[in-house]
Amino acid sequence: MQNFAESFWFSLTLIVTGDSELWSIVILSLQVSLTAVLLAALIGVPTGALLAFGKFRGCQAITIFVNSLMGLPPVVVGLCVYLILSSSGPLGVLGLLYTPTAMIIAQTILIAPIIAALSRETIQAVHEEYRDQFTSLCLSNWQRLQALLWEARFPLLTALLAGFGRAIAEVGAVMIVGGNINHLTRVMTTSIALETSKGNLSLALALGTILVLIAILVNAAVAVIGMRRHEAMHV
Amino acid sequence: MSDLDVGICNVTLSFGDQLRLDIPSLDLDPKRSTMILGPNGAGKSLLLRVMHGLSQPDTGTVNFPDQYEDRARQAMVFQRPVLLRRTALANISFALRVRGHSSQDARRRAMTWMMRAELDHLANVPARRLSGGEQQRLCMARALALEPKILFLDEPCASLDPNATVAVEALVQDAIDLGVKVIMVTHDPAQAQRLGSEIVLMHQGRIAAKQSKLDFFNSPQNYLVSSFLAGKPLLSNIKEPS
Repeated sequence: MQNFAESFWFSLTLIVTGDSELWSIVILSLQVSLTAVLLAALIGVPTGALLAFGKFRGCQAITIFVNSLMGLPPVVVGLCVYLILSSSGPLGVLGLLYTPTAMIIAQTILIAPIIAALSRETIQAVHEEYRDQFTSLCLSNWQRLQALLWEARFPLLTALLAGFGRAIAEVGAVMIVGGNINHLTRVMTTSIALETSKGNLSLALALGTILVLIAILVNAAVAVIGMRRHEAMHV
Repeated sequence: MSDLDVGICNVTLSFGDQLRLDIPSLDLDPKRSTMILGPNGAGKSLLLRVMHGLSQPDTGTVNFPDQYEDRARQAMVFQRPVLLRRTALANISFALRVRGHSSQDARRRAMTWMMRAELDHLANVPARRLSGGEQQRLCMARALALEPKILFLDEPCASLDPNATVAVEALVQDAIDLGVKVIMVTHDPAQAQRLGSEIVLMHQGRIAAKQSKLDFFNSPQNYLVSSFLAGKPLLSNIKEPS
């Protein structure tokens, strides 16, 4: 059995030499998760903004519901999407099961509540700050929303990165709906699980290293955004 | 009350079982600047908010002469500067664009007001990086750029040093000279004397006195006014000594 150091060394060689199999997995992972973040942002940010304005009946209940969805177990989401997309499910005719689209759908469902809940909190805090001033300036609701989204741009970006972090690191949902099919739906997390069980630790470690690097990059991006915002005193 | 006055009629506002505002009648001359004086918790800021429509009274109405009615003809500067996370210039041009000015026109007008507030050298600095005094001047410039008929000022100099206070007061005076009806809350009698034409003293949510500046300082209407001017605390059960 290979020892850890050997595996790690080999994994670095795979990364540096640009092993095609490795990189195709990485690129698919990024494609799936970035698309999911984009879709979840399109759903989550407006939902968060709507809840932040909160002037309709049941707003409080929906907020509590969305907040509790933040902790959705990925396997449960995977299972639900599987049931919907499977051949006997309501959307079975679309033939989406075991495709990257199914994985995008699952990840979008998983992270949209996170982005919605964080957006609501952010926009609400900014709205509290500007409510009287905006009323005084006679902003229409639409102008108010636009201004709030722009004023909350830094924390909203942090919310998107948080969503991306969850999506890229998630394994349960994509495993169920993607099926971990080689060259088709195999992403970093599912590959790590598979390669580890096969004993191919170097590929698993190489992917693990890249995953950790991406996590570090995402956190660094959040930190840089925070610093830039502080520098500009746009706090 | 004449149709030309800013009139408050039977306004009451309670928080829980506490009556915070109780004003049967108050008329303010739209041609003269009004200073609202009073101790903390007297209801000065609340009255200003009710007049500007930021708080709804439980009962009563606030009436404005025709051309003052629309909130778009009014502007307000708050005690703590409220500025957008943009440059100083963009803060003013944003307010102008909201009011329908084209972005080029908004920018040009904004720059004019930056100059009048002597902030033009800071036009491209993020607004929140300005000092407290500069921020409040920027808020004044933004309010004046909207060319309001009525300008509500809620203790705009409350946390400013004397130099910054003088700069803000100069802008208030500019507004008065331009014919803007200024209604300003302050707890500083000296400031009220410098800027006001008519003075309203509030105590416990009620109007304790309303006099012209000259009368207010020279022949106080009642014991509350003379106590306030003498710097005595206005206690809740204050009574005129017999």
